[in-house]
Amino acid sequence: MPELLDKRLVFVTGKGGVGKSTISVSLGLAAAARGKRTIVCEIGGQETASRVFRRAEIGFHEVEVSDNLWAISIDPDHSLREYLLLQLKVRAMRDMLVRSRIFNYLAAATPGLKELLTIGKIWELAQPDRRVKKAQEYDLVIVDAPATGQGIGFLQTPRTFAGIARVGPVHSQAEELDRFITDHDSTGVAIVSLPEEMPVNESASLEASLRSDIGMAVDRVYMNALYPERFAKGEASELERALEDAQGPARAAVRAALSEYRRSRSQRDQLQRLKNAVSVPVKTLPFIFKPQLDVPSLQRLAGALV
Amino acid sequence: MPTIEEIVEGRGICICAGSGGVGKTTTSAALAAGLAARGQKVCVLTIDPAKRLADSLGLQELENTPRRVDPTLFERAGSEMRGELWAMQLDAKATFDELVRKHAPDAETRDRILENRIYRQLSNALAGSQEYMAMEKLFEIHQEGRYDFVVLDTPPSRNALDFLDAPKRLTQFIEGRGMQMFMKPTGFATRVVGRGSSMAFSVLKRVTGLDLISDLSEFFQAFSGMVDGFRERAKRVSELLADPATTFVVVCGPQGEPIDEAVYFHRKLVEAKLPVGGVIVNKVHYEADEEAEGEAETDLRDLLDDELAERVAQNFADYQALAERDARNVEHLRRELNPRAVIRVPYLDEDVHDLEALLKIDRYLFATEEQREALAASGTA
Repeated sequence: MPELLDKRLVFVTGKGGVGKSTISVSLGLAAAARGKRTIVCEIGGQETASRVFRRAEIGFHEVEVSDNLWAISIDPDHSLREYLLLQLKVRAMRDMLVRSRIFNYLAAATPGLKELLTIGKIWELAQPDRRVKKAQEYDLVIVDAPATGQGIGFLQTPRTFAGIARVGPVHSQAEELDRFITDHDSTGVAIVSLPEEMPVNESASLEASLRSDIGMAVDRVYMNALYPERFAKGEASELERALEDAQGPARAAVRAALSEYRRSRSQRDQLQRLKNAVSVPVKTLPFIFKPQLDVPSLQRLAGALV
Repeated sequence: MPTIEEIVEGRGICICAGSGGVGKTTTSAALAAGLAARGQKVCVLTIDPAKRLADSLGLQELENTPRRVDPTLFERAGSEMRGELWAMQLDAKATFDELVRKHAPDAETRDRILENRIYRQLSNALAGSQEYMAMEKLFEIHQEGRYDFVVLDTPPSRNALDFLDAPKRLTQFIEGRGMQMFMKPTGFATRVVGRGSSMAFSVLKRVTGLDLISDLSEFFQAFSGMVDGFRERAKRVSELLADPATTFVVVCGPQGEPIDEAVYFHRKLVEAKLPVGGVIVNKVHYEADEEAEGEAETDLRDLLDDELAERVAQNFADYQALAERDARNVEHLRRELNPRAVIRVPYLDEDVHDLEALLKIDRYLFATEEQREALAASGTA
C-alpha cells in the first residue's frame, strides 16, 4: 500500500481547533519538497494558505503559493456552476439551467448536496485526466476537511447520496466518489489530535466510525502541539524546593517551569491514551513557541510530519 | 468592567457562542456550576459529548432531557451547593422527531415524514438543523419555566454565526420558492420562473435523476401541512434570542485567529441587536512584568545549579513570549469591546475534565479583574 504522500488524495480531519489547517499546509510543503505537484484544498473560505503565504485571498482558483505547491478554496456555489458546465455538453441547455436558477433551488433544498458538490470538486482535482479544460494534473491533493463536530457527516455524503438517489447521474457519480475515497490505494486519511482529554476521545471514535461507517482506513494520527519534556521528575522536586525561596521574577520563572512540567506530564498521559485507543501509528508534532506561525515554522513541522 | 455575575444579573438565559475548540463546553459547564453553587436552579444544555466531563457531572446516560447533578459531588470537590445544577446533552435528531410528532396533523403524515429518506438525511445533515434544534430545545426548556437560569453551549461549527440564522433558514427552507417548485413542479414553472422553466426542469431531471426529485416532492408535500406550526415556532425562538432575559457570551482562545473571530462575532451580535454580555478568553498565559526575564536568570543561578537554571530561564522566555502575545490580543479585544467585559481564564496546568477543575475555573470566572490578577500572581492558577 502506498505511503501517505504517495496517494492521490489525503483528507486531514479532526475536531475543531486542533490545527488541521496548519498541518494540511505543512503536509503540502513536505510533499512539494519531495518534488510532488501538490494542491491544498480549503473548504468554506477560511483562507489559511493565503494568510501563511501572505497572498491575496485565493478563492476558487488554483493558485501557486510556493514551489510545487498550489492552493484552492472550494465553495459549493462555484463547484455547482462548474459541475453544470461539465455535465451538460450542450451550451444552450446549461445556460438555461443556470439562468432558471432551478438547480440552485435544488441545491439549497437537498440536504448534503453542497457537501457532495464539494467532494466532487476534490475528486476532479485528484484525477490524472482532469475534466476542467486545460487544467493541470496534480500528484497529490490534500484536503483540509471540515471539523468533525458531530461525527463524520462530510465524508459520508457520497455514500448517503448513493442511497438517496437510487438511479440516475447523481447516483452513479455519488457511487464513483464513494469508491474513490474508500479506495485505500488512492485516498489516505490523517487525523489530527491534541494531547487533551476531549480531542483524544474524539480521535479514537473518529477512527472507528470512519472505518465502520464509510470504510475509510486511517493512515496515521498526528498528536499536535506536544510540549517538550524539559524537566525530569527528580528536577520537579528540586523546583518545588526552589519555589519556597524564590522571589519576584525568579519565582515566576520557577512557577512557569513547574507548570510546564505538569502539562508535559499530563500530555504524555494523553499521548499514551491515544496510542492505546487507535489502531494506527501516532506521530507527535512539537508545540511551536511562536506567537504567529510563519513559513519557516511550517517547514519545521513539515520535517516532522513524514 | 462588569463581572460575570453582573452580566447574568436579572437574566434567565446565557448563550455561549464561539468557534470550535476554544473550550465552549467547559466554559458553559463552569458557568452553570458557579451559578448553581451560588444558589440558583440552573440547567446547562450541552452539545458536545465530552465524555469525561459528562461522567463527572453524573451524565453517563446521554439523554435528551435534563438530569440533576448530584450535589454531594460538589461537597466532595470542596464546594458548597446552595442551588441546583441540572444538565442535558442535546440529541438533534430526537428533538427534530419530537417537533414533527408535535406538529403533524395526523399519524399518517407523521409516519410519512419520519420514514422519508430525505427527512432522515435532513434531520442530521441540513446545514443549521443542529443549531436550530439547540435553539428549539432552549426554547422548550425556557417555556417550561422550571429553572432560574439556562446556559446553552452552542454546536461547534466553522461559522459561529450559523445558529443565529438557523430558525429563519429552516422556515425559509420549508416554505421557500424552491420547495413550492418541488411540490408542484408544473404549476411553479409557469407562475414563478416563466417560460422555458418546464424545459429547465426536464434538464434538471436528466442531471440528477428522477427519483431524487420525486422523493423531495413527496417530502415537501408531507411537510406542507406543518409549515404554519413550524413558522410560528421559529418566530418565537427568534424572539427569545433578542429578549432582554437573554445574554450572549462569546468564548474564544488567546491566539490571533480566535481573537479575530471573537471580535467579528461580537460585532455581528451587536449589529443584530442581540444582547451581548462580553467575551471569555480561555487558556490565557498571564504575564509577569516585562523586565522579569533578565532578572530571573541571575536570581535563578542562586537557587538552582547552572544547567537547570538555564533551562528554567529558557522555558520562562518561551512562556513570556506567549504571555506577551496573549496580552496584546486581549488588549486588542478590550478596545473593541469597551465597555463590555473581557474575562480571562488562565491556562491551567491540568486538563479540565472534572468538577474540581471546573470549580477552579469558576474562581476566575466569578472574580473581579483585580481579584483575577491577584489570583494569577499568587500562583494558584
